[in-house]
Amino acid sequence: MERRDFLKATGAGLGIALLPAWGRVVAADVLTTKIDVALKKRLADTALAAAKDGGATYCDVRIGRYLRQFIVTREDRVQNVVNTESTGIGVRVIANGTWGFAASGDLSADSVARAARQAVAIAKANSRLTIEPVQLAETKGVGEVSWATPIERNAMEVPVKEKVELLLAANAAAMKAGASFINSTLFQVNEQKYFASTDGSYIDQDIHRIWAPVNVTAIDKASGKFRARAGLSSPMGMGYEYLVPKKEHKVEMPGGTIGYTHSYDIVEDAAIAARQAQEKLKAPSVKPGKYDLVLDPAHLWLTIHESVGHPLELDRVLGYEANYAGTSFATLDKWKSKDFKYGSDKVTLFADKLQPHSLGAVGYDDEGIKTKRWDLVKDGILVNYQAIRDQAHIIGEKESQGCCYADSWSSVQFQRMANVSLAPGKQKLVPADMVKNVANGIYIIGAGSFSIDQQRYNAQFGGQLFYEIKDGKVTQMIEDVAYQIRTPEFWNACSAICDESDYRIGGSFFDGKGEPSQVSAVSHGSSTARFDGINVINTARSLG
Amino acid sequence: MSIYSEQEAKAILDKVIALSKADECTATLGGSIDGNIRYARNAVSTSGIVTDTQLGVQVAFGKRVGVATINEFDDASLAKVVARAEELARLAPENPEFMPAIDKQDYKATKTYSEKTAAITPEFRAQVAADSIGPCKADKLVAAGFLADSQGFSAIANSKGNFGYQKTTNVDFTCTVRTEDGTGSGWVARNVADVERFDAKSEIKVAIDKAKRSRDAKALEPGKYTVIMEPAATAGLVSFMMFGFDARQADEGRSFLSKKGGGNKIGEQVYDPRVTIYADPTEAGAEVLPWDNDGMARSRMPIISKGKVENLRYSRYWAKNKEKPATAMPGNLIMVGGDKSTMDLVKSTRKGILVTRTWYIRMVDPQTVLLTGLTRDGTFYVENGEVKYPIKNFRFNESPVIMLNNIEEIGKPVRVGDDESPFVMMIPPMKIRDFTFTSLSDAV
Repeated sequence: MERRDFLKATGAGLGIALLPAWGRVVAADVLTTKIDVALKKRLADTALAAAKDGGATYCDVRIGRYLRQFIVTREDRVQNVVNTESTGIGVRVIANGTWGFAASGDLSADSVARAARQAVAIAKANSRLTIEPVQLAETKGVGEVSWATPIERNAMEVPVKEKVELLLAANAAAMKAGASFINSTLFQVNEQKYFASTDGSYIDQDIHRIWAPVNVTAIDKASGKFRARAGLSSPMGMGYEYLVPKKEHKVEMPGGTIGYTHSYDIVEDAAIAARQAQEKLKAPSVKPGKYDLVLDPAHLWLTIHESVGHPLELDRVLGYEANYAGTSFATLDKWKSKDFKYGSDKVTLFADKLQPHSLGAVGYDDEGIKTKRWDLVKDGILVNYQAIRDQAHIIGEKESQGCCYADSWSSVQFQRMANVSLAPGKQKLVPADMVKNVANGIYIIGAGSFSIDQQRYNAQFGGQLFYEIKDGKVTQMIEDVAYQIRTPEFWNACSAICDESDYRIGGSFFDGKGEPSQVSAVSHGSSTARFDGINVINTARSLG
Repeated sequence: MSIYSEQEAKAILDKVIALSKADECTATLGGSIDGNIRYARNAVSTSGIVTDTQLGVQVAFGKRVGVATINEFDDASLAKVVARAEELARLAPENPEFMPAIDKQDYKATKTYSEKTAAITPEFRAQVAADSIGPCKADKLVAAGFLADSQGFSAIANSKGNFGYQKTTNVDFTCTVRTEDGTGSGWVARNVADVERFDAKSEIKVAIDKAKRSRDAKALEPGKYTVIMEPAATAGLVSFMMFGFDARQADEGRSFLSKKGGGNKIGEQVYDPRVTIYADPTEAGAEVLPWDNDGMARSRMPIISKGKVENLRYSRYWAKNKEKPATAMPGNLIMVGGDKSTMDLVKSTRKGILVTRTWYIRMVDPQTVLLTGLTRDGTFYVENGEVKYPIKNFRFNESPVIMLNNIEEIGKPVRVGDDESPFVMMIPPMKIRDFTFTSLSDAV
């Protein structure tokens, strides 16, 4: 996550000058409207024609309307309700074998044509510095199509009052259960994206995402100690139905913890979090050493994100992100060898832009490629990367894998992470049975602190809840746990993965990459998995 | 047009204030032109210019607040945005933490603008890329870098007669230079308001030198080491620590500056007596706007004086609640130092580790501000006052509070911009004892 973007998004107690960077502030009713598809097609055709007239050999046009609503509360009060809208057009062309891009917030025909001409002019100007002309993987135009996130209830259409009441009910439940403080937030995003290209595609998409993070703090005034427990929800590619809890979507876990699959009980989780935050104040500190870790999907998603999703992005492998996010240990020679052991033979990691309810699920990516699923690591061996149209030839692919995304009409689309997930185990296994075989282990639930080096070798992860496992039994809550890994060794230490019945997805709402930085949202699924002999450190310190 | 003159900005803001029928009205007008060029693999990958101007209007009826923004400034649009804000305010719940608009403030202009920076052209940006790539290619090295420049203005006004206007510029340059075989990596960063103080040709030499010297790094055992931290290496840690300097958080008991039994640690000796940090919008070379996001006038504010916590940030709401004076949110952080350079600190070191920069810093435990992160792009072993050889990168788990109690020596502060920090910083190179590295990284 981009810390700065999160601070902007929540307002973090700041005043008017730090408005969200995502567009103009509007009333809630604006969030439920759409632009006519026929108008978008006319504008797109205007831009495509202007680009071709200017000498472009390829052009794509994205007309985007990005709508967001944030509701920020603490304890018994609403701190902020912000609605934003950002609408405009981005035109990308290839001229003289070079990319050019221009964007405009003005959707008049003149302005759209001007942006196309500007993009061509930039491409021609930059072509002087081009070393290799752009090679685009073949794709066939798909004609006029549409795709929408399958939602039951558009969160933007739910009255703000109803949403505020839900957050305040969660806050009240936490306070009643002994919390000292609670912060709860509801993020809702609707991307209305229209894509058209000289390949003959006209794609209208309506994408929805929702996230309801809570953070509960317990304080022991006498000792000055404080501990927080974050909610166990996931950001999802869903509508408001995610916040209508269903019994069949609940998973029982150690310590009275409840996990959630496709709906979230925010009131219940806030109350449990309050109890557990207090329990954390008294939990014994971990003894550092090697442990067998049992990692819950609500935790493991972040480890997958950092240690698999990012290093297998082809632009990082090639060096395009060297100055910012970094490069990758998973170099092309390792992939070409066809025997690089990324993980144990139990480990299959796949990229998937189709996964239902996931943040990355779309019908087509931001260069009009129909989305799909493919393996990155198969039975432990590195077999593929994540690529887009102008990279596919580098890894011998005939077509793009559909990983192109821009966070705004005004940003250039580039390669972003697909949903990357750990395939469930093929043998029948549930977490309770997995624990029975662990002699000296730690069960970790929820995502915590995270940090990884610029080639994605050395990582450190915390969590929300840590339970000691002794001789096959979960014994007690412990604290101050973080584990340190070297990526290939960690995945090679994976000795068991629970079956499909335990599969759940987590995800990141604000994954940052690129300069200027862009955010994207991506999910990672897994079943509970076991990793043997992992180095655990104790993070308790004294300030004297 | 995205850069308005003071007169133009005032005319728009005056109209907005006059249009509002609410109990009070605050309006901000800001515009910017941001240019950038990005390169990797010794070739330009993207470049662009984004222009933007935005008007924000905040009105209140009693404790009900509404905010609306717009990017058109004709009379009809101004009437529309005011009406929209008023409509939202009428629908909003009462904000129990509502604070009335600030009184008229006395803003003292600061030097945040450079004509030279505002005049940067696409050709200049391309030249910076060429000046980075050229010498790298010649030396069989690979450059990846980013230059971002901006010019803008910020104007603020309210119905109590407050008004401020100021122009700003900024240039931020970073470049990573790697050896072709990927065994060495160096980095350079420069952040200035005035592009006169920036010369890509000379800056790139720093990254080239580090890339070449960092090849074939040896592995040292993780543990506690004396470290010489270049200014960029500690900027992220110091900046992270500042999140705890909020009075409300501390009083609520959830900051490392909370006191056992309640209250905060203002007046307590928390750091080595050589640590002094303050904020000052007029600081030469690190000037920032003379007001914060609430429009409160910034003035020089001691934060840590000789190791004692002198001030926490009191928001207007919390200040009223605690009957204390409110403080503006600082825009910069100035850490006081001496005259020595990083290499002077190396010369006085018997055994230690020289760190170019730290990366991916995240909070592990807010109770102690325990942070984790890694060294990157130039980490070297120092012995008997000399840089001996490159070493593999380390992961650290360290608290800046402990770090600033383990000071051996402080050098001369330089301006540092950190991509994850909201502050312009003046940070000295520091020699620190017992800095905790917990594992090795194979990353180059």
